[in-house]
Amino acid sequence: MAEANSTEKPASKDAKGKKAKEETLETIWSRREFFSLAGWAGFLASLGLSSLYFARLLFPRVLFEPSPIFKAGNPSDYTVGEVSTKWVKDQRVWIIRDDEGIYVIFAFCTHLGCTPRWLKSESKYKCPCHGSGFTKQGVNFEGPAPRPLERLKIALAPDGQIVIDKSKKYLFEKDEWGKPGSKLFV
Amino acid sequence: MANKSPQIPSIAELMDKIKSGKIFSDIAKEITESQVWTSTFRHGYADTPRNRVLQIASNVWLHLHPVKIQRHALRIKFTWCMGGITFLLFLSTVVTGVILMFYYRPVGEYAYYDMKYLQYDVPFGMLMRNMHRWAAHAMVITVWLHMFRVFLTGSYKPPREFNWVIGVLLVTFTLLLSFTGYLLPWDQLAMWAVTVGTNMARATPFLGNEGPFAEYVGATPRYDVRALLIGGSLVGPPALLRFYVLHCIFIPLVAGALMIVHFWRIRKDGGISGPL
Repeated sequence: MAEANSTEKPASKDAKGKKAKEETLETIWSRREFFSLAGWAGFLASLGLSSLYFARLLFPRVLFEPSPIFKAGNPSDYTVGEVSTKWVKDQRVWIIRDDEGIYVIFAFCTHLGCTPRWLKSESKYKCPCHGSGFTKQGVNFEGPAPRPLERLKIALAPDGQIVIDKSKKYLFEKDEWGKPGSKLFV
Repeated sequence: MANKSPQIPSIAELMDKIKSGKIFSDIAKEITESQVWTSTFRHGYADTPRNRVLQIASNVWLHLHPVKIQRHALRIKFTWCMGGITFLLFLSTVVTGVILMFYYRPVGEYAYYDMKYLQYDVPFGMLMRNMHRWAAHAMVITVWLHMFRVFLTGSYKPPREFNWVIGVLLVTFTLLLSFTGYLLPWDQLAMWAVTVGTNMARATPFLGNEGPFAEYVGATPRYDVRALLIGGSLVGPPALLRFYVLHCIFIPLVAGALMIVHFWRIRKDGGISGPL
């Protein structure tokens, strides 16, 4: 292979060189063509760059929006085997503690985005809009909801409080419920 | 020199002129022969084919208009005049929209109250707002009927296929004008309609954070096409300002440019298509 290549290469180079020479003689850019091309290139480059600047300008570094991160008290505030509804009104999340640890479910129906209710007696989340039902763990089992409820990132702050980040979601259908950050083991 | 200086007519002469009505033709002559008049209207009223062409073609306001219109193009049964009605409604929204801009501020704290102020405390404000609103609704309906008519009469066929595509873009911009204008009252209906509407942008392939292939581009809720549209991750004051700019400046300019092409193209493709 190597020999074959080495024999072929100089030959093809010569052929190319000859061709290139002929072509350069015929089609060498005139001064007018060169400046025309340079002008267009400069124009298009500045247009392209300013488009990029404009696209970046539309994403400000700081947003004046409620922070997606909040502290939710100490792990000892939550009883094992219970769904805490104390953050639903302010932050739209349920905090659930089981034998292993604590995880957070986003109170946002996966059908059309209503806020379901936790029905303790039936041990399920029930959406008042179209009747979707979810198990305590958040898996859909009745009604039109197409997929389980979303879980949110949970961690422990240095002061021992639970920190919840609502901008990071863990989806069951992407097999993310076992990922680190989806559950706080206590 | 003395002969050329203007002579002051005697009262008797003036009364004669007024009585005989000659004064009107004198005034008319004075005006139509002035430099202002002759430089503005460069062609006379001679009803010759050449003069009629020149009257249209040399006037910047009329030159988009065809020099001649075929008789069939005026048949209301064929065209329904839907394109013309759509354009008239567009002009209505432009005029009333500019009037509304004298009072409306696209700021979270003010927008809703400016809308209420316009309605209840500004004379004719309610009329202007409702004209804007109804003309916009009607424009969406008539633009679809226009498209329907063009489809039924086969007027999209070559050589008019280019103008059909321009028309499809114009339908899109009409809908975008409606959608961006819908947020501006800044009430609950507007908020949630635009929240639902822009949530669809999350599913854009590559550019939306929930869309297919988003992971290859690195689109997140904070940096994706929806955040670009509403200036953040939720419909808030930045979204109001962005939609206002899109609604009042960007989309009307683009749609206006496309309308010029659209009308120009009708004429260049041989006028309004004939009956089958």
